[in-house]
Amino acid sequence: MRKVKIHITLKEGVLDPQGKAVQNSLKSLEYNNVQEVRVGKYMEVLVEDTENIEAQIDQMCDQLLANPVIENYSYTIEEAV
Amino acid sequence: MKFAVIVFPGSNCDRDMYFAAKDQLGEEADLVWYKEANLANYDAILLPGGFSYGDYLRSGAIASTSNVVEQIRQAAEAGKPVLGVCNGFQILLEMGLLPGAMLPNEKLKFMCHYETLNVENADTIFTKHYEQQEKIEIPIAHGDGNYFCDEETLQQLRENNQIVFTYEENPNGSVGNIAGIVNEKGNVLGMMPHPERAVEALLGHDDGLRLFQSILTNWREQHAINA
Repeated sequence: MRKVKIHITLKEGVLDPQGKAVQNSLKSLEYNNVQEVRVGKYMEVLVEDTENIEAQIDQMCDQLLANPVIENYSYTIEEAV
Repeated sequence: MKFAVIVFPGSNCDRDMYFAAKDQLGEEADLVWYKEANLANYDAILLPGGFSYGDYLRSGAIASTSNVVEQIRQAAEAGKPVLGVCNGFQILLEMGLLPGAMLPNEKLKFMCHYETLNVENADTIFTKHYEQQEKIEIPIAHGDGNYFCDEETLQQLRENNQIVFTYEENPNGSVGNIAGIVNEKGNVLGMMPHPERAVEALLGHDDGLRLFQSILTNWREQHAINA
């Protein structure tokens, strides 16, 4: 078994109103050095070991987990305990 | 003419869509549960608004992987009219039948009110009963209606006259004030505003009815030619 940890982030240039709202909240808590907040998604996917696991994960991300029009993704693959 | 209204778990404008096609337009219509759908005998496909699968992952993303999607794709390829409203539009985007993607509204609020739309292209099978640049009143009801596409795609949409409706006053941050677009072939329309909620004066406005009448007129013309 492998544990795939996937991070999905909004592409540069795509407005992130949620990130902006969080940033403003941090400001109102007086974290004045915060320059920007971008909100993304994190997923953990447990998969059985297969050959070409990376190609499969890429496909999953392109097909469903991320929307390539607005999002980028990156992931790490770990041995599942 | 026979309309199929596809019902997903979480659809909530399916009955309004049915009402528009069946009672106001006066044609045949069926509510079709997405798992049991056989779309071969329908002349047009209507994807209603709502929150299919609770908007999990992204609005429309989960519905875009269901089995019925292949049939919707085939109907679109065969040139049948496919109309996606609100969540239906989001599903068409996630399916890749229309370009772009939907983001949360700029102000992060769910909005539910009438908007004035400009008819940017009155020469489609969905808009032939409107005048070019006519202003019509159609309600919106969405949280994720902020249409996004890159510059290049926007340019293509403009060059091909694929932008069908724009907002007179942009409520949600959509690029180019876009409220509705068609595919290149012109038989798949996605729009965030709800024409099916404005199909009789008693409901406030009936500007939406002409969209359904346009589909019917076009179908009759084609039918007459084929016969």
